[in-house]
Amino acid sequence: MSRKLLGIAAVTACFSLMPLAYGAEIVVDQHNKEFSESAITIKVGDSVKFVNEDDIVHDVHSMSEGYEFDLGVQKPGSETTYTFDKPGVVKVRCAIHPKMKLDVTVE
Amino acid sequence: MQSRSFVAAAVCTLAITAAVLLTAGRSDLAGAIGPATELPPETAKLIAEYQRPSSIPFPEDNPHSDAKERLGRALFFDPRLSRSSMQSCSSCHNPSFAWGDGLPKGVGDRMTQLGRRSPSILNLAWAEAFMWDGRFETLEQQALGPIQSGVEMNMSVADLLPRLQAIGEYRRLFAAAFDGNPEITADKIAMAIATFERTVVSGAAPFDRWTAGDAGAISEAAQRGFVLFNGKANCAACHSGWRFTDDSFHDIGLPGDDIGRGKQLPNIEKMQHAFKTPGLRNIDRRFPYMHDGSASTLEAVIELYNTGGIQRASRSDEIKPLGLTEQEKADLLEFLKTLTGDDPPVQYVMLPR
Repeated sequence: MSRKLLGIAAVTACFSLMPLAYGAEIVVDQHNKEFSESAITIKVGDSVKFVNEDDIVHDVHSMSEGYEFDLGVQKPGSETTYTFDKPGVVKVRCAIHPKMKLDVTVE
Repeated sequence: MQSRSFVAAAVCTLAITAAVLLTAGRSDLAGAIGPATELPPETAKLIAEYQRPSSIPFPEDNPHSDAKERLGRALFFDPRLSRSSMQSCSSCHNPSFAWGDGLPKGVGDRMTQLGRRSPSILNLAWAEAFMWDGRFETLEQQALGPIQSGVEMNMSVADLLPRLQAIGEYRRLFAAAFDGNPEITADKIAMAIATFERTVVSGAAPFDRWTAGDAGAISEAAQRGFVLFNGKANCAACHSGWRFTDDSFHDIGLPGDDIGRGKQLPNIEKMQHAFKTPGLRNIDRRFPYMHDGSASTLEAVIELYNTGGIQRASRSDEIKPLGLTEQEKADLLEFLKTLTGDDPPVQYVMLPR
């Protein structure tokens, strides 16, 4: 019984460590209606964590062909992560505040 | 990256705070206002966010020149850019109506009523995402839109180019604006019009004199209105900065079938019924209001925001019933009136023949 539990614990530990094996996480802040970066270059499988440091909502999206996505409403203080799983050049914008721009080059 | 961005933010905050404290004698402003008004200490900090820029930005790929501005002004005021030869850009963006047309909805070719109100073109050099639904990214892209729209100026580029080419003075204006090359193209038309539009900037208003340190430039009621604008009424969540807009898109809860930016972004809930946040310079001269001209007065606009409009999933999180008192509504109105100033007279042109 205890060996079975140990086995289950080991498998669970492996699964919880898997995200670290998949790619780096880059943090981009949303502050004063601006992204903290205007352009970044990342690798396939990397994630970007958007942190809303404003006291208003944002809504990160992309209309780049083949790389369309919408992360939905981001309440103040929230964190939203998106994994870039294929190569390309992605124009990330805030749908509400389109002056907020982040160009992501995925290699 | 996270620790770097935190350090950068901290340094910036310290620098900005120092700049605010050191500049232009803000500490005397609160004391000079008058005994009846006790301004919150944050007001001086707020005022720093409304300082006017010192110059107009022009893009690198379309820099300003006097010749290009002169050509753009001619094109902007020239009704021959429309099929009927009766309608120019300035017909709907009329300097005499604060660069709008004073109508609830625009009127186009053969008196066709358009779907939305003609926006003002004031202060667009700093703006992005043009039109009520933001479908044009740059002024250059926008300029040819109404010209070619069947219900607006109803003119094709194919017909417009020979029409202008036949006018000798236009060939000379194009050559002067574009390195001696007299060839007339759609791109050059757009670049020239955009260059002229960028020069359309609001003059100094009483509000600007107040933020520059003239304590008596606006009334105490207006000063209370400024505090409400940035606080309880939550206007500055979107109508921020010296242009009184952050160029963002919101559903403010208005009735109607027009879904605005929802047509561009059908899958994004918050973009349904969302329209561009207009600037508020010269606002008391720019009635009627809203994308459909449905609010005739500023009082009606204030009341609309006070109630919060239609509660629906797409409504902006910034919109909610405000609970403003009658005094607060009156103070807000007084503040909004201080945003109208003495705009410089507009130079009319003898059009090329």
